[in-house]
Amino acid sequence: MNKYNNNSLIPNNQQQLTQPQKLIVEINNLDHFFGQGQLRKQILFDINLQLQAGEVVILRGPSGSGKTTLLTLIGGLRSPQSGSLKVLGQELVGAKKSILVEIRKNIGYIFQAHNLLESLTARQNVQMSLELHEGLSSQEIKAKTTAILEEVGLGDHIDYHPHNLSGGQKQRVAIARALVSHPKMVLADEPTAALDSKSGRGVVELMQQLAKEQGCTILIVTHDNRILDVADRIIELEDGRIKVDSNSN
Amino acid sequence: MKTPLAWLQLTHEKMRLLIALAGIGFADMLMFIQLGFQNALFDSSVILHQAFNGDIFLMSPQSDALGFTRTFSDRRLYESLAVDGVESASSVYLNFGNWKNPVERNTRNLLVIGFNPANNILDLPGLAENLDQIKLQDVVLFDEQSRPEFGPIPELLQQDRPAVTEVSSRRVRARGLFSLGASFAADGNIITSDINFLRIFPDRERGLVDIGVIKLESGANLDIVLAQLRQKLPKDVEVFSKEEFIQHEINYWQNSTAIGFVFTLGTAIGFIVGTVIVYQILYTDVTDHLSEYATLKAMGYRDSYFVMVVFQEAVILALLGFIPGLAIAQGLYFLAAQATNLPILMTLNRAVLVLILTIIMCCVSGAIAVRKLSAADPADIF
Repeated sequence: MNKYNNNSLIPNNQQQLTQPQKLIVEINNLDHFFGQGQLRKQILFDINLQLQAGEVVILRGPSGSGKTTLLTLIGGLRSPQSGSLKVLGQELVGAKKSILVEIRKNIGYIFQAHNLLESLTARQNVQMSLELHEGLSSQEIKAKTTAILEEVGLGDHIDYHPHNLSGGQKQRVAIARALVSHPKMVLADEPTAALDSKSGRGVVELMQQLAKEQGCTILIVTHDNRILDVADRIIELEDGRIKVDSNSN
Repeated sequence: MKTPLAWLQLTHEKMRLLIALAGIGFADMLMFIQLGFQNALFDSSVILHQAFNGDIFLMSPQSDALGFTRTFSDRRLYESLAVDGVESASSVYLNFGNWKNPVERNTRNLLVIGFNPANNILDLPGLAENLDQIKLQDVVLFDEQSRPEFGPIPELLQQDRPAVTEVSSRRVRARGLFSLGASFAADGNIITSDINFLRIFPDRERGLVDIGVIKLESGANLDIVLAQLRQKLPKDVEVFSKEEFIQHEINYWQNSTAIGFVFTLGTAIGFIVGTVIVYQILYTDVTDHLSEYATLKAMGYRDSYFVMVVFQEAVILALLGFIPGLAIAQGLYFLAAQATNLPILMTLNRAVLVLILTIIMCCVSGAIAVRKLSAADPADIF
């Protein structure tokens, strides 16, 4: 294994260039393996990465390059094995499952498939996210839900069930669900994959706009070249290593 | 208020919910029917016991149940009169007789009850006013709740037509009615005097009786008299309080015949059928919503939340499924009571028992279905 990796230095250089900002994600020397014994296969090699507050970052790379694995590790959906992975200041390597579950509450997720609950209306789907947080009255929950659904342009579809919404509308509900509780970070996996180019574009711009308003970091895994321009920074993974990490604009 | 996820998940798929409720209702109905028949069996076999107007009962230790009794000498009754506190002692003869339907001429066994009509020892509707009739030779009283196969005796009597027939080849005349009801042992009953009883059954010996009914003087202490009788009487009779007398009969049916076992097994099968149906529904529900649950896990919902959802669904199914089960069982009880003349009635105790069984049934299924939840891995949905 080649321990010396040029690319891993880039984020550090960058940090020195830009003004010191609050780090949302700080990854040092992260390796990740799948499988046991003979079948043990290394997926991620010596990842070093830092995400600042308010950044829109696109993570791209060919299939099998480890993008999704990295995303699930950052999101606390998978237990990291070695190295260091700090999310919102919390070290996740060796952390208990309950700590991972707590971290998840501060992260919004947008999936390729919208993954809305079919039996719930748009409003109820969004509320499920707010109900995780203590100390909100039902009036507050209702007001916040209505407000965010209006912001994503679904003010007149609040009480629709997912099967009565179009693909783009469903993804907008998913965005509303991810952003309603003002997460510090949003992780999105191929958010445009199931959409035509127009609604895909709309969805990404909406994410960018809402995230800028709330000052939250967005990490998007995508193959979709049409949306690269929304990113402040593009990271390319290849064979489990960070190949390029650059400011796009 | 939190979003009621369990309720919304269940009611979202109306067809599946209906099938689930039908399944649970069926299981409940099965349990109700089994428990109902079992209780009817016990109730019907002790109606006569309860009607006996006595405080202490004597039976041969070899006697199992009414209709299957061994005789003992009525000298034991005379001996018991010597005990302080005993007011009277009466003897009862029991035998199955071959009753001929006076209209259709076919024969069928019913229970013949014989005692001295000078002393009414049975508290049955219609009996007191007709008791004098059986002082006449070969006159019997007919149980109007006997099964219809014995013939339209009540109608014949109402039209003042002679109800003359044969019991075990002896010509008798039914002159009055009383009300007792069929039991598992006997489909019908007639009452007559001890003397007529011995005329019908010439091989029965006078003085060898089936049951002794002892009445206490007012103010006598039951426990003391019981103890004294047990001490005084030889071991060829067993002494029962009324409660023990009834329990002895129930124990016979419950433990010494296949019947108690069969009904318990039937109830258990209902329970198992219900468990399997509810498990199937809950398992499918969890499987279908696996990616949705994984999404919620990714959002930060704890595993315990989903366990709660599954158990809430289980309890909702139990409560909703119980209602049609109860309604159908009520209807079937009515039909069964009509068809068998057995006293099958819905009791609050049984409804509560089946409701509790249903909730246990659904929670057992829930506990098995919950294991599927671990398959909802949020790392898999990206």
